[in-house]
Amino acid sequence: MGFEKFLFYCFAAIALASAGMVISRRNPVHAVLWMVVTFVSGAALWILLEAEFLGIVLILVYVGAVMVLFLFVVMMLDVDIATLRACFIRYLPLGAAVALLMLGEIVWIVGPANFGLTHFPSPPAAGLDVNNTHDLGMSLYTTYVYPVELAAVLLLVAIVAAIRLTMRRRTDTKTIDPAVQSRVKKGPDRIRIVKMASVGPLETPETLAEAKDEPR
Amino acid sequence: MPFNSANLLPILPEIAILITAAVVLVVDLYLKEKDKGVNHVLALIGLLVAFVLTGLVGGGERVLAFDGNVVRDLMSDLLKAGALIVSALTLVYARPWLKDRNLLAGEFYVLSLCAVLGMLVMISANTFLTLYLGLELLALSLYALVAFDRDSKLGSEAAMKYFVLGALGSGLLLYGISMIYGATGSIELGAVARAVAEQGSGNKVLVFGVAFLVIGIGFKFGAVPFHMWVPDIYEGAPTPVAMFLGSAPKIAAFAMIVRLLVEGLNALHTDWQGMLAILAVLSIGLGNVAAIAQSNIKRMFGYSTISHVGFIFLGLLAGSTQGYASAMFYTLTYALMAAGAFGILTILSREGFDAQNLEDLKGLNERDPWYAAMMALLMFSAAGVPPTVGFMGKLLVLEAVVRVDMVWLALVAVFFSIIGAFYYLRVVKFIYFDQPTTAVPIVTTGGVRAAMTVNGLAILFLGLFPAALLGLCQAAFP
Amino acid sequence: MIELWNALPLLIQILLKILAIVLPLLGLVAYYTLAERKVIGYMQVRIGPNRVGPRGLLQPIADAVKLMMKEIVLPTKADRTLFLIAPLIAIVPAIAAWAVFPFDDGLVVADINASLLYILSLSSLGVYGIIIAGWASNSKYALLGAMRSAAQMVAYEIAMGFALVGVLVAAGSLNLGEIVRAQSGSVLTWYWLPLLPLFGVYVISGVAETNRAPFDVAEGESEIVAGFHVEYSGMGFAVFFLAEYANMILISALSAIMFLGGWLSPFPQTWVHGIIGLDNGFHWLLLKTFGFMFLFLWLRATFPRYRYDQIMRLGWKVFIPITIVWILVVAGAVVAKLPPWWSA
Repeated sequence: MGFEKFLFYCFAAIALASAGMVISRRNPVHAVLWMVVTFVSGAALWILLEAEFLGIVLILVYVGAVMVLFLFVVMMLDVDIATLRACFIRYLPLGAAVALLMLGEIVWIVGPANFGLTHFPSPPAAGLDVNNTHDLGMSLYTTYVYPVELAAVLLLVAIVAAIRLTMRRRTDTKTIDPAVQSRVKKGPDRIRIVKMASVGPLETPETLAEAKDEPR
Repeated sequence: MPFNSANLLPILPEIAILITAAVVLVVDLYLKEKDKGVNHVLALIGLLVAFVLTGLVGGGERVLAFDGNVVRDLMSDLLKAGALIVSALTLVYARPWLKDRNLLAGEFYVLSLCAVLGMLVMISANTFLTLYLGLELLALSLYALVAFDRDSKLGSEAAMKYFVLGALGSGLLLYGISMIYGATGSIELGAVARAVAEQGSGNKVLVFGVAFLVIGIGFKFGAVPFHMWVPDIYEGAPTPVAMFLGSAPKIAAFAMIVRLLVEGLNALHTDWQGMLAILAVLSIGLGNVAAIAQSNIKRMFGYSTISHVGFIFLGLLAGSTQGYASAMFYTLTYALMAAGAFGILTILSREGFDAQNLEDLKGLNERDPWYAAMMALLMFSAAGVPPTVGFMGKLLVLEAVVRVDMVWLALVAVFFSIIGAFYYLRVVKFIYFDQPTTAVPIVTTGGVRAAMTVNGLAILFLGLFPAALLGLCQAAFP
Repeated sequence: MIELWNALPLLIQILLKILAIVLPLLGLVAYYTLAERKVIGYMQVRIGPNRVGPRGLLQPIADAVKLMMKEIVLPTKADRTLFLIAPLIAIVPAIAAWAVFPFDDGLVVADINASLLYILSLSSLGVYGIIIAGWASNSKYALLGAMRSAAQMVAYEIAMGFALVGVLVAAGSLNLGEIVRAQSGSVLTWYWLPLLPLFGVYVISGVAETNRAPFDVAEGESEIVAGFHVEYSGMGFAVFFLAEYANMILISALSAIMFLGGWLSPFPQTWVHGIIGLDNGFHWLLLKTFGFMFLFLWLRATFPRYRYDQIMRLGWKVFIPITIVWILVVAGAVVAKLPPWWSA
């Protein structure tokens, strides 16, 4: 138990510290990378809670896909950090007040008084034979199959919306349509045979040598 | 538990809508630009099929399906039917507007149908999870629809505002849900209701959860003081989209508030009653006063929506079955009214011109007396003038409030309604007593005219004979 | 012997296991580079390196010594920290993935339930090394290379993931050992046959995922000189090199596990049971892996580089639809208990 606790505090500290770095870095790329660290330590915390499927999927989906695209975009952005910082200072008092309010409320409501170990004792550790992935799959596709399907529709809508809002067919680019390219026929599309009038035998060193050799 | 195909029965309307959306998505790929009208027809057929299916599977006992994720009761039947009818009307009004601006793309119908799907899911949700997913499905489709005219700067800005504030509202809602889940240990509304009834309002966590829920609902409804986005989005969105998001989603939002507060947290009625009362008074007050100052009619409708939301809250906070039924009646008729009023704006618009100022309504009577009469009916109804349905709605809500001894609330509401009547009647004055600013004739299709006729006369008819609809509403809250 | 092993502290045991995997792996990587130069040499009717040691066998060591001695040049205005840790980020996932890899029945460092997912998620981290290197170098070529490779890896990861979904549907488990055991029988019961399209997609996506020819636009010598690692010299460059080859070996070994039955013998057990050399064993895995590794080199020697839009089209419009359709087919076959693979 002791080692697990130690790991928990390590990863929790890393998660908190890197989350702090995410919002305090000036360089947006650094902020995104710190966010990656936050996700990884969050995944580690989940694995400590024996939710290895969720932990690994967090890394696979968020770190492996979502944050890569984030980085992709952020690297190409030209963010004017000075104006951002100016706004940051201007709204700091209000933001800080709201943050403090929320913090106080969380401590008061979500704190140990209502959600402590007396109300929610830690559940017994699952045995080694419990297959996390299998159990999750079973409950997702039986009890929660309706929400799962709805989430799928939600993703479909996101795709449709993203494509509608961003895809434009430009007419001024000289793009190539690979579909047309790959339909090219071997015969008429690739080569054209041209008839040319014969101008007598070609004379190269080889033909001359052959001509010399032949009588022998 | 093994899957039972009887589960599919209550969600047949949802399935029909989803299939239609998928069909439109695929068929659109193979349509030439001039044949895009096929999408429109397909979407309307889908809505009609869903409507018929709602009727077929509807009625009778309350049914739970999908392990308690879905509920089908009289309320869901009625609200689904209402949402489908209003959505179909808005699609009919939208078509000429979109066609004139080269926006008649298949995605419009796909997104609209998915929004309708989101509404249906919300209406028959029985867990926090389903409810939230339905809400997000609706909201995501609407964000995209608001930005649908992607070359319009105003539209993009409105979509961005809508998205940010919508996300904030969702966040607060989820925060409240997480607290309630923490205190009750369930996301299924029935189990939540039992747990809440046991604990009562002594549990701080529950009370805070309810507060966040109400704030989230306030954001989604656009109630004061969480209303900032409403006028901007109504103004910035393309008129058909403003029409769509101003009408049917209100029905779904009503379902959400009933499912959450009445079915899930009825035991905390005293807590959320006070919060709703504040929102209602502020909304009715600010909505009506601010609407007077608007010269843009879409903005005016935005503020008018805020004030109507206040009335819906009034009915709900009464906490009696009569109050719920009256709020439901109000919501359904309001959605119909909003669709019609925006519909007139799309009719007045033409290629290269958007009717969005009060001036544009001037002299409508001389240009087209029938539409003028319909618009006048709609405005009278919005103002609450008898014998239109708006009067009946307000009367029923106020009666419910007075019955629970909150006379002061009723007085405040009446006072601001009288102020509000000014700007609705000003529209009527423009229509009948001013000279037209343009001589361009109003050209509409027979379908639009028929839909508007049905819409306008329904407002009158329901006002004269409210008993049938009211009876259905009352049956939904036994 | 076993008592001595058990007497060691747990930490030492784990370290020894790690070393037992990593050291041979690095050796293999070193000689893989030599094999590449030799194989391509012979394919192009050349001899390849033959000066250092007998038949050039000491060439990798000479290369390693040379790279270690070289100066690491920091480009002006480069992001120093990120520039230096980028190679490490690239190589760590390539090596860490071996932790769950079953070399023989039961011969695995960490036999976890979700080992397939673990490998997928680690291989999805490899792209960070490349992106960070490209960005931190403060060079246009490097950034372009990083962008290309990021887009390419994200695209092919989906096809690859779907191919693996097919495998996991077929085997009914996420554990690599279980996946191999589910294929036991003979060469005909391995998954290459029922999952043939997925097998093809997986191997080709593997080539794309490791940025190897003909999908090596991220390096693209003729357009962007060397892509993301153009600014790297000395050990930084060497580590990127190591990571690329370690990834190739990993993909080869995974293909062998997933589709060619890992350590299983191609002959039915009833024929070869107990015959050393023909019975199941590590050597079969090694053989299959080497086959795939040779394929990587063969591809490089054979095909010209794909154009960027062709790569994207292949990934999104060809591979992903194929995998989705075939997952449905496989699921149908599993439900129908199609013999001989799912007759149980």
